[in-house]
Amino acid sequence: MNTALYQRRKLTNTIGVGLSMFAMALGLFVLLWILFILFKNGIAALDWAMFTQSTPAPGSEGGGLANAIVGSLMIVGFSTLISTPVGIFAGIYLAEYGDESKTAAVTRFVTDIMLSAPSIILGLFIYAILVAQVKHFSGWAGSLALSLIAIPVVVRTTENMLRLVPGSLREAAFALGAPRWKVATMVTLRAAQAGVVTGVLLALARISGETAPLLFTALNNQFFSTDMNKPMSNLPVVIFQFAMSPYDNWVRLAWGGALLITLTVLVLNIVARVVFREKVSS
Amino acid sequence: MSSPRTADQPANLGRGPASSMVAIARRQQTQDFWFHKLTMLFSLVVLVSLIGIIASLLLQSLPTFQKFGLPFIWRIEWDIINEEFGALISIFGTLASATIALLIAVPLSFGIALFLTENCPVWLRRPLGTAVELLAAVPSIIYGMFGLFIFAPLFAEYGQPALQSTLGQMPLIGPLFGGAMNGIGILAAGLILAFMILPFIAAVMRDVFEIVPPILRESAYGIGCTTWEVVRYVVLPYTQKGVIGGVMLGLGRALGETMAVTFVIGNSQRLVPSLFAPGSSIASTLANEFAEAGDFHLSALFALGFLLFIITFVVLALARLLVARSEKSKGAKT
Repeated sequence: MNTALYQRRKLTNTIGVGLSMFAMALGLFVLLWILFILFKNGIAALDWAMFTQSTPAPGSEGGGLANAIVGSLMIVGFSTLISTPVGIFAGIYLAEYGDESKTAAVTRFVTDIMLSAPSIILGLFIYAILVAQVKHFSGWAGSLALSLIAIPVVVRTTENMLRLVPGSLREAAFALGAPRWKVATMVTLRAAQAGVVTGVLLALARISGETAPLLFTALNNQFFSTDMNKPMSNLPVVIFQFAMSPYDNWVRLAWGGALLITLTVLVLNIVARVVFREKVSS
Repeated sequence: MSSPRTADQPANLGRGPASSMVAIARRQQTQDFWFHKLTMLFSLVVLVSLIGIIASLLLQSLPTFQKFGLPFIWRIEWDIINEEFGALISIFGTLASATIALLIAVPLSFGIALFLTENCPVWLRRPLGTAVELLAAVPSIIYGMFGLFIFAPLFAEYGQPALQSTLGQMPLIGPLFGGAMNGIGILAAGLILAFMILPFIAAVMRDVFEIVPPILRESAYGIGCTTWEVVRYVVLPYTQKGVIGGVMLGLGRALGETMAVTFVIGNSQRLVPSLFAPGSSIASTLANEFAEAGDFHLSALFALGFLLFIITFVVLALARLLVARSEKSKGAKT
């Protein structure tokens, strides 16, 4: 037996596997480190004033994030209302009629690209077609920009989930004389319900933390406002502006806001996973 | 046997089942027609928005391209007061930080994917996989804050001196690791980006590693291959295209990332041949200057955005084609 060769192969294997364990440990370490820093600084910033007061003026003491929290909820909420129906219908089209047309193939390709297109570009686009035309920033513009990010996510998950529904279910419904739209909405969509909800939740998680597109659309508002036609305060942009500022209380609020959106995103992700797993096991 | 539909509508019974069936069929046909058109309309939203993005970016950046022409891409000047604009500094920052990110993230994610598919105890697979996916879900602005407040000071105190005394002493690449050490700059941006795109690439790699047919893997183990040899000579060649596709998806993310980069790149419009020096990427320039820009400046920023979109579009399109092709060939083999 060739001991030298055997030894060399064994050594290569040990080094390779060792390095892979190191990579895994490093990845986990960074995740835990980021979460640790976030919780340490974020929890120190949490108090009642954060939820009841609006963002402070430069140099003034105290203040909270109430306007930004409400603004974020409204912008993200309306964006979900826009993107969910559009995404689900488009997903139905791709899954139910998608094999028959060239347009569907192109749409699918474009959706995949939009899924990872730079979000800042989508903000630029909405700025060009909406903000620049009406000459002011607005909450609606922010919602639209976020919708453009969310729609591809919903489209893709809806399509994938609908495709998982067994063909025999569709055929059984067709055999009973059900029209195509009824089969699509009442049979396959219902069977794929949990998966579609997962997609919507993941889209929601994705847009909750998005900052770049909001810089050019919703901008920011120092005051409490629920008017979607005006510039609107929102957590990501406030975090961006406050974290880069020289004021201690601003930086503290930025950490508090960062903790809030990260918790939201992580909880949404975990809920989406649980919803999906329950469907798989049932 | 009557269908439940006719039982619901006794009025139709008088006219005989045949005619009522025809009426129902006709009505359903119209409904189906409109349903088809409606869903198609919504799916076209995505298509139209892509065309709209390209058209509107081009339209807005027209003044800039008219004044500077194609040389805009490689002009160095970025002088807001005199309205002299060129994209080179931002393009350099974008490409340099994304390249650094890939150089670090690709080997690390390969290691993570290898560990998760080959060596990890079964009970740990799911929690570790979920942890990697959660790392991907953390908003990019958090990476930026982490980079600015925690990573940059540590990097300035320990990382940069160590790099300067080792890599900085080497010929050719030495100057890249010289200059002031204040923790922020292109290298720091690349490092933060690396950890941001790491989970995306690792997740894709793990997914494609998992679809290697067990029989291939087991035959390799059966003839006495080590884990490393199985991955190197069986799994990797089999999943090659999928892996490259995943890497390019990560590259697409890195090129267009705004927040993680803006916090740590230093936002300076100067071209310095050192990775320690502050620079700027296309996305960070947009994020910093957009709010205060005048008309022509705005058009130059749109031109930058247009270039970024073209770069990422090409990268992402290649990635998708590669992933799609590798999936197709797999379908043929199994």
